[in-house]
Amino acid sequence: MKYIDEYRSADLAAKLAAEIRRVVTRPWVLMEVCGGQTHTIVKYGIDYLLPREVELVHGPGCPVCVTSLEMIDKAHAIARRPDVIFCSFGDMLRVPGSDSDLLILKSRGADIRVVYSPIDCLKIARANPGKKVVFFAIGFETTAPANAMSVWQAREQGITNFSVLVSHVLVPPAMEAILQSPNNRVQGLIGPGHVCTVMGCEEYEPIAARYHVPIVVTGFEPLDLLHGVLMTVQQLEAGRAEVENQYPRVVKREGNVAAKDLMQRVFEVCDRKWRGVGNIPQSGYRLRPEFHAHDAERIFQVELIATQESSICISGLVLRGAKKPHDCPAFGKECTPEHPLGATMVSAEGACAAYYAYGRHLQARPATREPELARP
Amino acid sequence: MCLAIPGKVLEIERNAQGLRMGRTNFGGIVKQVCLDYTPEVRVGDYVLVHVGFALSTVDEEEAERTYRLLAEMKQLGEIETPDAELTALATQGSAP
Repeated sequence: MKYIDEYRSADLAAKLAAEIRRVVTRPWVLMEVCGGQTHTIVKYGIDYLLPREVELVHGPGCPVCVTSLEMIDKAHAIARRPDVIFCSFGDMLRVPGSDSDLLILKSRGADIRVVYSPIDCLKIARANPGKKVVFFAIGFETTAPANAMSVWQAREQGITNFSVLVSHVLVPPAMEAILQSPNNRVQGLIGPGHVCTVMGCEEYEPIAARYHVPIVVTGFEPLDLLHGVLMTVQQLEAGRAEVENQYPRVVKREGNVAAKDLMQRVFEVCDRKWRGVGNIPQSGYRLRPEFHAHDAERIFQVELIATQESSICISGLVLRGAKKPHDCPAFGKECTPEHPLGATMVSAEGACAAYYAYGRHLQARPATREPELARP
Repeated sequence: MCLAIPGKVLEIERNAQGLRMGRTNFGGIVKQVCLDYTPEVRVGDYVLVHVGFALSTVDEEEAERTYRLLAEMKQLGEIETPDAELTALATQGSAP
């Protein structure tokens, strides 16, 4: 496919890796923020192509992973109701709550439907006027324009039996939470290209300046990621900390103005609890008061649910880049994609699930990296 | 989750609800895509699509510029001794 195949050239990948080896002189820790990028890195073995000096740690950018257990239990309580058609992206179906998942509920008779786009829910709502159609609106800024449009259109078209359970999360506050942490190791950031397609690059400039970290907004194909790593290492080696755009074929500095405008009309910023991380102030979206008629949390008034996470799981540290999946005693043993213990194993884009999917649980735990001597 | 893929817009029309929709080809699979956030899009353009919405037009000039930059790096790299092990790894890594 055009704009995909040419960014998967093995030949060019080797040359980019050689260029990274040429410019690096000392150890650096880089974090890719987005779960989609983690998946590409592990699938193509990009980290194996890098010199020992460059370590990639994996960030919190998988919205399925970081949706709180309380929110998932809330979704299950709503989905169980006989008057509800519960719609979700496919990724959420197998995510375990405290005692079940959506697929199990579906097998027990709940009307749960997978949709490709939130806008499809409006069709379902029009066709089922006697039912309440609820969409599980998760995602980062990338998904917010689509979810905002579904709510906006429901109001415009007078579809009163459609509501959304909103669990939106935002990248910049999570980045800051990581960079502020006393045990932070991250020195450079591979920025989330598709989040920036919507939001633009400007909101990352104060973060790069405040924490003196380079942020390179990067695409999702193997060559994009290698190029993003090279640009970040070049900045680190030169002592620069700027926002750069590796992905200009898609990302504009100002982002998508029309999408941002509708998102701001529908959503407002709120505090949000992240699975494995905890509460991060001003890190989510909720519906503005004028859309409360479409707010599932208000319509269904689910009681506050007490939840408990596994005590051995270290997903919180993995999400912050402080640990790797291999550092967890449960990884690939008690904890697998079929029986996940925590956030980073529940979705294919979580770091632990990606490592498992590409067989890394079968490999010995990698030795602590000793930086190679600088090449002449 | 933030997966977005490029597709070529084949046809543009307004649906019954007034949304600007594009019949879009993703390597042979054709789907309807909402173009409301990309008013500049014309038939024949490539758009980047996420959960049924075009979020951006793929900028052909920028794509070429990035690719030229990478290709120039390739020529630079060829001056050095090729690293057989690295090339083998890269070839493995690019299996579909």
